[in-house]
Amino acid sequence: MKKLLSIFAVTVFAFSANAGTLDDVKNRGFLKCGVTTGLAGFAAPDDSGEWAGLDADMCRAVAVAVFGDRSKVEFITTTGKSRFPTLASGEVDMLARNTTWTISRDVNLGFEFVGVNFYDGQGFMIPSSLGVSSATELDGATVCIQTGTTTELNLADFFRLNGISYEALPIETNDEGKENLFAGRCDVYTTDASGLSSTRAAAADPGKWLVLPEIISKEPLGPLVRHGDHQWGDVVRWSLNAMIIAEELGVTSENVDAQKSSNVPEVLRLLGVEGSYGEMLELAPDWAYQIIKQIGNYSESYEANVGPDTPLEIARGLNALWTQGGILYAPPFR
Amino acid sequence: MNDITESRKPPVATTGILGWLRMNLFSTWVNSLISLFVLYILFQFIPWILNWTIFAADFKYNFNGEEIVNREMCSRVLDPENGGACWAIIYVRFYQFMYGFYPREEVWRVNLSYIMLAVAVVPLLFDNFPFRKHFLKFTYIFPVIAFFLLNGGLGLESVSTNKWGGLLVTLVLGCTGIALAFPLGIILALGRRSNLPVISMMCTLFIEFIRGVPLITLLFFGMVMLPLFLPEGIDMDGLARVLVAVTLFQSAYMAEVIRGGLQAIPQGQYEAARSIGLSYWQMNLKVVLPQAIRISIPSIVNTSIGLFKDTTLVIIVGLLDLLGIGRGALADTTWLGLAYEVYFFVSLVFFIFTFAMSRYSLYLEKKLKTGINMGAD
Repeated sequence: MKKLLSIFAVTVFAFSANAGTLDDVKNRGFLKCGVTTGLAGFAAPDDSGEWAGLDADMCRAVAVAVFGDRSKVEFITTTGKSRFPTLASGEVDMLARNTTWTISRDVNLGFEFVGVNFYDGQGFMIPSSLGVSSATELDGATVCIQTGTTTELNLADFFRLNGISYEALPIETNDEGKENLFAGRCDVYTTDASGLSSTRAAAADPGKWLVLPEIISKEPLGPLVRHGDHQWGDVVRWSLNAMIIAEELGVTSENVDAQKSSNVPEVLRLLGVEGSYGEMLELAPDWAYQIIKQIGNYSESYEANVGPDTPLEIARGLNALWTQGGILYAPPFR
Repeated sequence: MNDITESRKPPVATTGILGWLRMNLFSTWVNSLISLFVLYILFQFIPWILNWTIFAADFKYNFNGEEIVNREMCSRVLDPENGGACWAIIYVRFYQFMYGFYPREEVWRVNLSYIMLAVAVVPLLFDNFPFRKHFLKFTYIFPVIAFFLLNGGLGLESVSTNKWGGLLVTLVLGCTGIALAFPLGIILALGRRSNLPVISMMCTLFIEFIRGVPLITLLFFGMVMLPLFLPEGIDMDGLARVLVAVTLFQSAYMAEVIRGGLQAIPQGQYEAARSIGLSYWQMNLKVVLPQAIRISIPSIVNTSIGLFKDTTLVIIVGLLDLLGIGRGALADTTWLGLAYEVYFFVSLVFFIFTFAMSRYSLYLEKKLKTGINMGAD
C-alpha cells in the first residue's frame, strides 16, 4: 500500500511541476533536444552524422547559452506522434521540431511555446508550364492533398472564398504527393511552403516548378518547453531572441569580437559587456556572445540552412526582420 | 536372332534443356504465350536495371571523374538521359547506414559485436559444425558480452542508445526480438494448452490481447506508458522499452505458431510418453516439443522474417533504424531527391537478410524431412 501511494505521489508530482530543468541540464552536462527524424533545412543528419538545420541550430544555441559549447547537445529524434509525449515525460528538455504554435497545444497540452523561429504557411506548387501566376487562377485544377490534415480544410476554405472549384486527389505522404505532381497526375500540390520548397529542390529540374505567392494559412513554428518551469522557458526564449536581436543590430559571428567595443548600448548589453543579464538567467555573462560566435545570428542560420543560396531557396518573406518587411520581432534587450 | 532390341534413347524433345523447356514453359499454348510474355518483359527489364544499377551508375566519381559530394554532381542529375544510379549518397553515408551516430573512435566495439554474433550464431545453425559444443557455450554468454560491448560499462565508455542507428538498431531489434520471443512463445503455447484453468486463461488472454493490437500501438505503449509503471528512479532506456514491446509482440505470434505444431502431434505421442513414466516437463522437452517445433519451422521462420521487416516501424517512436537513416539522408539538403538509390539500397540489405533466413529454413526442412507425416508411419 505504501509503495502504491508513493508511486501515485510520484506520478502526480511528475505531472504537476517540472521546476529546475536548467539545473537538471547543468548537472547532466548536456542538453536533450527533440528534433524531427529528418526534414530538409530544419533538422537532418549531414554526411558526417552531425545534425544540421534551422531547428538543430536552435538546439545548439540553447546548449551554447547553458554550457558555452555547441557540442553539448544530444539530439533525440521524434515523430509527429511521439513529440508531445516525449517532451511531457521529461525525456527531452525542449522541442525544436517545426511544431505549429496553436492555442490547444499551448494551453491544453501543457506546453509553452517560447517564440517563433520560422513563419510557415500553406502554399501551392505547380509546373511552370501551367502558365498560372496566382492561386486564384486555379479554377478546375486537380489538387494533390494530404487527407486528414488541416491543409485539406484550408484548401477547401480558400477555394470556396474565391468562388472557384477544384478536384482533390487524396494522398497519404509527402513522397506520394511529390510523385503524383511530377508524373502529372495532379496540377497542383499543396502543403506547407517549406515542404514545397524541399519538394521542388528534389525535382529533376527544379526550374520547371513554381511555388505560387499565395500563403493561405498561418503556421508559426517554434521551440517549446513544458509548462510550469519559467526559468527554463526564459533561457530558451532568450536564446532565440538573442539571435534575432543580433541580426537587428548587425552583429554576426564574423564581427562579434569587434562589436564588443561598439558604442551602441544594446550591443554592449547583448554581448555581456554591460549589465548583468546572464546572471538574471543564471547563465554565464557572455552567453549571448557565445551563441553569436558559435552559431551566428538568425540571418546566418537562416541563410545557411533554408535561404536562397541553399537548394531549398526559401526567400525571407515573413521571416525577414520587422524593419525589412517581415514580421520577425524580438522584445528589446534591456 | 534373339537379340533384345537395343534400347533407344528417349526422344530429344523430352530430355535435356529442350525437354525441360517443353515440360515447364511450353506445355500448352496458353503456357507458351505466358512464358513468351514473361520472357519479353524480362528482356526489357533486366538490361535496363543492370545498366541503371551498375554500368551507368556512379559509385564514388561521376562521369567527369570528379568525386561526388552533393546531388548536383551526380551523373544522372547532370545528364538525365544517360546517367544511372548515384550510389555516392550510400558511399558517403555508409558509416551512418551501418552504425548510426555511434562515435567513430568506439566503432570497433560494434564491429567486434558483429563478428561475435556470427561466431555465436553459425554453430547454432549447423549441427555438423566442428567443436559445436564449445561454441554453443559462447552463444549463451554472447548476449551479455554484446550488451556491455555496445552499451558500455566494465571500463568501456558508455554510448547512449540515442547514438545507435542504422543496421545496428535493425539487428539489435531483430535478433533480440527473435531470440527472446522463442522461449517465451514456447512457454505461452504450453501455458495455453495447460489443464490448469488459471494458467491457460492468463496465457490465452495475453496472446489474444497482443495479437489484437497492431505493433505500432505496442510501440507507443512501450514508449509512453511503460515508464509510468516503473518505480521512481528507474529510467528505462528508449531502445530497451521498444525491445520490450517488440519481444511481447513477437512472443504472442510465436506462441500461436508453436501451438499449431503442438496440436499436430498425435495424442498417441503424449500417451506413450506418459505411459513410460515421463513427467510433464520431460514429456514436453523430450518427446513433444522437438517434434512440434520441427513441423513449425516454416511458420517460425515466416514470423521471424515478418518481425525483421516490422522493425522499420520503430521510426514512429523516433528510433532511426536502417530505413530511418535512409530517410534522414534524403532530408539532407545536400542529397535531396535521391530517393531511388536510398530505398533500393535499404531494400537490398533487407532482402539479403530475409532471403538468408528463408534459405536456411529450406535447408532445415530438408535436413529434418519435415514433409513426412511423422504420426502415421
